[in-house]
Amino acid sequence: MTLPDHFALFALPARFAIDEAALAHAYKEVQGRVHPDRFAAGTAAERRVAMQWAARANEAYATLRSPLKRAGYLCERAGVSIDAESNTAMPPAFLMQQMEWREALDEARAERDHAALAQLVAQTDAERVRLVADIGTAIDERADAAAAAPLVRQLMFVERFGDELRAAEQAAPPVSPASA
Amino acid sequence: MALLQIAEPGQSAAPHQHRLAVGIDLGTTNSLVATVRHGIPVVLDDAEGRPLLPSVVRYVSGGATQVGYPALPHQASDPRNTIVSVKRFMGRARADVLYIENLPYDFVERGADGGAAPGMLQLRTTAGLRSPVEVSAEILRVLRERAEASLGGPLLGAVVTVPAYFDDAQRQATKDAAKLAGLNVLRLLNEPTAAAIAYGLDQAAQGTFAVYDLGGGTFDISILRLTRGVFEVLATGGDSALGGDDFDHRLFCRIVEQARLLPLSQEDASALRVKAREVKEQLSVEPEVRVNAVLTTGEVVNVPATSHDFAHITHPLVDKTLAACRKALADARLRPQDIDGVVMVGGATRMPHLRKAVGTFFGQTPLTNIDPDKVVVLGAAMQANLLAGNHMAGDDWLLLDVIPLSLGLETMGGLVEKIIPRNSTIPVARAQEFTTFRDGQTAMAIHVLQGERELVDDCRSLARFELRGIPPMVAGAARIRVTFTVDADGLLSVSARETTSGVEAAISVKPSYGLSDDDIARMLQESFGTAEVDMKLRALREQQVEAQRLVEATQVALATDGDLLADDERATIDALIGAVQRVMSGDDAVAIADASVALGNGTDDFASRRMDRSIRAALAGRSVEDVARSQA
Repeated sequence: MTLPDHFALFALPARFAIDEAALAHAYKEVQGRVHPDRFAAGTAAERRVAMQWAARANEAYATLRSPLKRAGYLCERAGVSIDAESNTAMPPAFLMQQMEWREALDEARAERDHAALAQLVAQTDAERVRLVADIGTAIDERADAAAAAPLVRQLMFVERFGDELRAAEQAAPPVSPASA
Repeated sequence: MALLQIAEPGQSAAPHQHRLAVGIDLGTTNSLVATVRHGIPVVLDDAEGRPLLPSVVRYVSGGATQVGYPALPHQASDPRNTIVSVKRFMGRARADVLYIENLPYDFVERGADGGAAPGMLQLRTTAGLRSPVEVSAEILRVLRERAEASLGGPLLGAVVTVPAYFDDAQRQATKDAAKLAGLNVLRLLNEPTAAAIAYGLDQAAQGTFAVYDLGGGTFDISILRLTRGVFEVLATGGDSALGGDDFDHRLFCRIVEQARLLPLSQEDASALRVKAREVKEQLSVEPEVRVNAVLTTGEVVNVPATSHDFAHITHPLVDKTLAACRKALADARLRPQDIDGVVMVGGATRMPHLRKAVGTFFGQTPLTNIDPDKVVVLGAAMQANLLAGNHMAGDDWLLLDVIPLSLGLETMGGLVEKIIPRNSTIPVARAQEFTTFRDGQTAMAIHVLQGERELVDDCRSLARFELRGIPPMVAGAARIRVTFTVDADGLLSVSARETTSGVEAAISVKPSYGLSDDDIARMLQESFGTAEVDMKLRALREQQVEAQRLVEATQVALATDGDLLADDERATIDALIGAVQRVMSGDDAVAIADASVALGNGTDDFASRRMDRSIRAALAGRSVEDVARSQA
């Protein structure tokens, strides 16, 4: 038997815009029924099936709660591959901005400049919000997965950069009361 | 393999019968066992009314073994055969154990299955070679016997706690030890999560909590979100080689340095270590303590120790724990001020300077209202009670835990490709495709690693295995799909398949540090000796019980959800049930096992449809509620 689609699993409409509270609630309802803890005293067969379903629910939840993964999933579902590895073509303006950010990060890291790091965080957050909104429009309103795919690739870049920013903030944590 | 079952064949447990289940905290310094009685979790004391079992095992020449208090005084007089803090060696090689040169044991490093790769270290004792798994099993066996005597019957099973930061090898070693002690492991449960259960249910807490758990030899920090009935671990971190023992060690070094005591005999060193621990405990209540001791050389030790100085020399250790807190918060995308409560767990959190530092870091006074020595085992008992099915519907909770360390594979150039990132909710299954790099390549080595670093050498090697028989193709044409599955115990299994040809290789991740199944079988045989039942007979009985359970469970499922099956599907399952029933009462263990496996596999699809129906029912319930709410 094929397992249900991520959205169908949680009885949610297959759209990019998602009710996060409903998703979290449905996820917990589903885990409440399928989690291996519900079958700990059951037969080996029950435990095996429970593990498969619980892993499936975790995968579906991890995919749907992340805008980036959700967008990628919706594109693939519509037959449009994101193909991030081989398709690296980006609009020149986007690449330009990435290079500027990267230079700013290197500089802030070298100088342990927290104000500069915070400013970069704000900039990437704004860019992230813009991309998520555009992806939503492309998928939900225009049903145009092909137009969404390049935006998803850009969002991937922005999120990866965001991870690096967080790592930089952690490597040079602001002076905390504990160490003051 | 379940070694103990509550019911004999033909008289399986009635659905509403209370099933005996316990929680066990297998600690570095002390171990405990608890159960739920009349809805309340209680620690089970020994015959003398003592709740703690010191995690000390002494092998006495002549074959006897002492565990707990009887072994305790021999730390100094017989250090080599008196094993303390064995948890530090679980699933570890020699190189993993810090300050190993200071320990009085005779370590032997043995390759897994006699191979060249370093395996779990072993200890040479007067009773012969002992693996840390066997030493831990001695402790667990005493706790099992204590529980059975107290509860008046064999246990259905146990929830055994492990540090959240334990890697796969350490978890597997713990599970092996429990099996060896005759326990059916219902679940390995992370210690901070167990503490959160005890706290959360006791205080009816809601919100985001940090559990700071400093045990004798391990440190964990877990960030959890508690909403009605759900414990969701957001992130976990720690250090599986940092604990109260390290604070003792700093103090020991300080005493030796102040009293200018080098060199020290093994006996004197052990005695002073015990002294250092006592002094540490006194410094939690007094600002200054005099360290007095007389060595075997006649030398007299008399030096002062102050809490101020102790705080100073252990400051780097405290900072290490706070760095782990910072990292776990970042992983959970939270700041210290987002935390609604900080729960302190582990005897070592009694140190005032530590409590103060943790309080400052999180900007609030940590919670200490449940005994830090007991909170883990009480939570484990509650979870065991739940898993045994002793709860009423509606009066239960759900635990969503995570893996502490990323899992990956070695790729070209000694790099690690991560397959499952740390803090993924378990159970989790994830697949990744790899390809060949040479024309005509017919085999591929798969090296499984755990850790956060990018280089293979900086991560922990869990296992190596080989996929053979790949059809010769040009480089890059083969598609090797490697699937990682981490179960609810946090244990990994890996399978690999070449997707164009279907060639499959599967392993359970055990080889690098664990014990082989043969090892476990041999140890079990040894531990039962001649007085106990024959192993084969025992295995047969287990097969019969399991077959009976399977048949009953299938019949119940057919009675409630039989409408999900077409007539021919139903007939197939009925035939499979008949096949099990025909061999079930016989003495052919292999035939029973084969028929049971066939029935299990033959009902997978049915079980999956039942899961689906159960989910639909749950989600339909939600929409009815939503409608009710929106109309209210």
